Amino acid sequence: MSAFFISEWHRFPQWSRLALGSLGGIIAIVVPLMISVAYLTFAERKLIGYMQARIGPNRVGPRGWLQPIADALKLLLKEIIVPSSANKYLFVLAPVLSIGPSLVAWAVIPFTDRLVLANINASLLFILAMTSMGVYGVVIAGWASNSKYAFLGSMRSAAQIVAYEIAMGFALVGVLMVAGTLNLREIVLHQSGNFTHWYIWPLFPLFIVYFISGVAETNRSPFDVAEGESEIVAGFHVEYSGMAFAVFFLAEYANMILISALTAIMFLGGWMAPFDVAPFTWIPPLAWFLLKVSGLLFFFVWFRATFPRYRYDQIMRLGWKVLIPVTLVWITLIGVVMFFTPWGHIFR
Amino acid sequence: MTFIQFVFYFFSAILVFAAAMVITIRNPVKAALFLVLAFFSAAGLWVLLEAEFLAIVLVLVYVGAVMVLFLFVVMMLDINLVRLREGFGEYLPIGSIVAVLMVLEMGIILGSRHFGLHRFPVPPGHTADYSNTRELGMQIYTVYVYPFEIAALILLVAIIAAIALTMRKRPRTRYQDPAQQVRVRPEDRVRIVKMAAEKKA
Repeated sequence: MSAFFISEWHRFPQWSRLALGSLGGIIAIVVPLMISVAYLTFAERKLIGYMQARIGPNRVGPRGWLQPIADALKLLLKEIIVPSSANKYLFVLAPVLSIGPSLVAWAVIPFTDRLVLANINASLLFILAMTSMGVYGVVIAGWASNSKYAFLGSMRSAAQIVAYEIAMGFALVGVLMVAGTLNLREIVLHQSGNFTHWYIWPLFPLFIVYFISGVAETNRSPFDVAEGESEIVAGFHVEYSGMAFAVFFLAEYANMILISALTAIMFLGGWMAPFDVAPFTWIPPLAWFLLKVSGLLFFFVWFRATFPRYRYDQIMRLGWKVLIPVTLVWITLIGVVMFFTPWGHIFR
Repeated sequence: MTFIQFVFYFFSAILVFAAAMVITIRNPVKAALFLVLAFFSAAGLWVLLEAEFLAIVLVLVYVGAVMVLFLFVVMMLDINLVRLREGFGEYLPIGSIVAVLMVLEMGIILGSRHFGLHRFPVPPGHTADYSNTRELGMQIYTVYVYPFEIAALILLVAIIAAIALTMRKRPRTRYQDPAQQVRVRPEDRVRIVKMAAEKKA
């Protein structure tokens, strides 16, 4: 039976096989991603519920497991209201610009040694470029809505994202220096062995800076001044309703998963098992990767449940005066130790 | 027409269209967004030239940072379209002189016998593991290290100058000093006074 399918498959012309293969790969990434986003919202509500001594959603389906489906249906059926004297095209374009980059970046994420859609040699740069595009959705949404709250939200977000992108980029420069490659798959392969080979140890300050900047880049609490419910209602998406709002929501959660996946790849050894011995190597590499991503996602939820929101000037101070100097010092230190002292093997 | 040619013309058409829209459209925000589109198409063309590092950095720096700041400023402008059109005739002669000069310069570079494409050998094709980024890094940090360092220094001076020019110290502005805030002890703020209970007379 499978031989029949293989022979039929080879009767397609080469370009169509390439196109169909890529399409299949895209679907195989996006559909599980969307399902994870739906259940991440559920996990978040449950976890925050438990942290605040509540139960969380438990009415729809067994133990509330169908809650995300019900939410999605509700948002699909609601009306999309376009405010009067809003810029209609840009108003509709903004959510698309917001979710586009967060999905495109998944193309170069290596899930395991073999499982990667596009193994390009500058994938780290590609990821940085794509995540830096996400801010357009927020900025355009704020401007096109023709609303003061939305506009304030988008202004805050633009300044914040530009500031934290620098810290993020510098943190990745450290990874790049140690790994000597821009390819994400090779970065993980450099960390093979047991957990002491992971980059989190030699690059610990950069790991902290990267994760904090990641939380800030995704506009998550405690850096969610772009939304700031208590100050500017809902910030940049105050005028959005129905599916247009849901798309912003999807983009935010897809970005959270993306940042967690990148942190796992660059600092926690990607799909590598923590110990290179028998019971740990029985678990498939993909499972290790997903475990690490879930663990990091838990931190996002934990932050939201515990920290109060930063004030705008505090965010700017943290970004420019704390995180960027930390990365600069650590990068210099790595360079000096690697090339001028006999202890360079720590970083290699 | 091969597929690569199709991609080239597709991206070039979008690039030319977006560039034309940047200078013709009236709304500055839309003009900035068209400039973003133009950068993006240019990045696509650079990828076709196997210059993936430059292409990605174009998106990263110009689209991801410079244009965001541009939009940031432009969005806060109070757009008066009538005022924008004013003085069109006044600037036309200077503008056309600049345009003619630019066309001339491009003609000299692209068209003449001395700089034409036939003067340069066809660049060799590269294998899949050829890293553009590594090659560029090697060139910048070995062959061109002094020009690179000088450019970096000039940029640093420019940054400091820009900050120095725009920084205003207003005497009445009050800042928070987080270090001081952290160092505060309860005794500095609250004084607990022991008092005997008062009785009603």
